[in-house]
Amino acid sequence: MNSPATTTADINTPLNIKWSLRHRSTLVSVGLSGLTYFIAVVACIPLFSVLTMLIWRGGQHLSLRLFTETPPSAFAEGGGFGNAIVGTIVMVGIAALISVPCGIMGAIVLAECGPESRTATIVRFCAKLLTGFPSILAGVFTYASVVLVTGTYSAPAGGIALSILMLPIVMLTAEEAMKSVPRKMREAAYGMGATQTQVIWHVILPTALPSMLTGVMLAVARAAGETAPLLFTALNSNYWIIQDGQQALMEPTASLAVLIYNFSGVPFKNQLELAWAAALVLVLLVLTVNLCGRALADSQKHY
Amino acid sequence: MLTLQKPHRHVETVIHSEVLIDCRIENLYYGDFRAIRDCDLSIERGKITAFIGPSGCGKSTVLRCMNRMNDLVQGFRIDGQIHFQGQDIYHPSVDPVAVRRHIGMVFQQPNPFAMSIYKNVAFGLKLNRVKDDIPGRVEDALRRAGLWDEVKDKLKSSALALSGGQQQRLCIARAIATEPQVLLMDEPCSALDPIATRRIEELMLQLKERYTIVIVTHNLHQAQRIADKTAFMYVDTSNSSRTGFLVEYADTHRLFNHPQQEYTLQYLRGEFS
Ligand SMILES: Nc1ncnc2c1ncn2[C@@H]1O[C@H](COP(=O)(O)OP(=O)(O)OP(=O)(O)O)[C@@H](O)[C@H]1O
Ligand SMILES: [Mg+2]
Repeated sequence: MNSPATTTADINTPLNIKWSLRHRSTLVSVGLSGLTYFIAVVACIPLFSVLTMLIWRGGQHLSLRLFTETPPSAFAEGGGFGNAIVGTIVMVGIAALISVPCGIMGAIVLAECGPESRTATIVRFCAKLLTGFPSILAGVFTYASVVLVTGTYSAPAGGIALSILMLPIVMLTAEEAMKSVPRKMREAAYGMGATQTQVIWHVILPTALPSMLTGVMLAVARAAGETAPLLFTALNSNYWIIQDGQQALMEPTASLAVLIYNFSGVPFKNQLELAWAAALVLVLLVLTVNLCGRALADSQKHY
Repeated sequence: MLTLQKPHRHVETVIHSEVLIDCRIENLYYGDFRAIRDCDLSIERGKITAFIGPSGCGKSTVLRCMNRMNDLVQGFRIDGQIHFQGQDIYHPSVDPVAVRRHIGMVFQQPNPFAMSIYKNVAFGLKLNRVKDDIPGRVEDALRRAGLWDEVKDKLKSSALALSGGQQQRLCIARAIATEPQVLLMDEPCSALDPIATRRIEELMLQLKERYTIVIVTHNLHQAQRIADKTAFMYVDTSNSSRTGFLVEYADTHRLFNHPQQEYTLQYLRGEFS
């Protein structure tokens, strides 16, 4: 009964639990929080200035004919870049068709069939290297292996070049997504007598789908904006992929990125304006794809 | 004449003590670590068998051996046999997946899939290629697990939004939907409050008529309330290792009231920490 007396002595001093800047640790904490907010805002400045610029310069020229007409020649007025929009969609589509199945199957090997195995380690390492792969090299590689072999610049060549850039992003994000499926869910499935294929197909893939879609969206966004690989593989074109009922898949193909690249360096006002508009359309396109993907992912999600 | 007077009784005892799983584990290893030695016991059809013992003595390990869940653990190795209906399930010709379809499992942590409640229960039916009357079977399983009234209006909503106790009952419904012959339950009530625990115990007593149940529990009262037979495992710390072994296996009443082994007596008295 005596010992508590010493510890309860300070019960008489008033309790101070109010915020006070007099404490050093509080000061530091407040200061650092302020700094992080500041830096976060600074980080957003480039993004928002680009967006504002795009909307301001590109938005003025936005009209329906942009989507229905082909690019004008140097001194001509009007025109659009409908063919480039189609070209971008087709090539990114081809790239997704190649990279999404391959990437997801690769991710299954990495995440499910012995994550620690030698093969998995090597594959994972290569994929990580490939994420930092200069895009122009993907173009040069595809030029040598596809364009020279088929003898022509084409949309599939462009798609293949883009798929090289998409593949590692899809694969690594899909691997992470599958690994984050709780172990106990796998155990539950195995415990009910599911084979490995059934566990992957019926439990892991559906559970990981939302996060895998995010990775696919990231990859699509990156591919849609790539110019360098397309310069070597799809080049450019002033015509539609399907013109007068004839398909021209194995011909040079236009894309928004290359169109922006070409038109932004010219001294002709109309083409410059088209470049701005094309840039805005490209951003909107990527944004739409992203939002659709997000909506799709959310509809699949269980909390 | 004596033999003529007895047949009826005799037949009955045979039915009541029919061995469904005959477990003869000599040694069991996780890598270099010997987790279990000498664990011989027979699980009888239509009874509830409980495993009790201190933490780390290998109760879960033995349970997981019975439907070859331990095959998923790297470095797992077993010396001995486990016979299920007379077949050694560790024989090389046996497909572990097929074993697990006959011997279902409910885990310590509720582990529903990230799907709707309905799909969770229908999952096993899909695996077994059951095609007819899936909604009816799902309802039946949910009813038997005592969950139907709580979820009948939200079968399409996510199973992850259920409470822990509801999730556990969902897992039981999922396990019984495919009508396995044996239900292995690893501390199914450890995350539940007393009321939910009682409900699951009642459920097990009902299920007993159709399934053979093996349960691991830390709750000695629970074992006494529901189990027909109880196995007590203990851990051997000599040779600076920790190897679990079966100390005593008997009818629950007998094990709790007249334990034959000193270890059992001390454990029941709470003399081990
Ligand atoms: N996957 C594993 N890999 C390696 N060792 C394991 C593994 N699972 C269990 N063990 C070891 O086997 C021994 C028995 O573990 P087990 O989980 O069977 O104990 P338990 O009796 O179920 O304990 P508890 O009552 O705490 O659940 C322990 O020493 C444990 O460390
Ligand atoms: Mg355990």
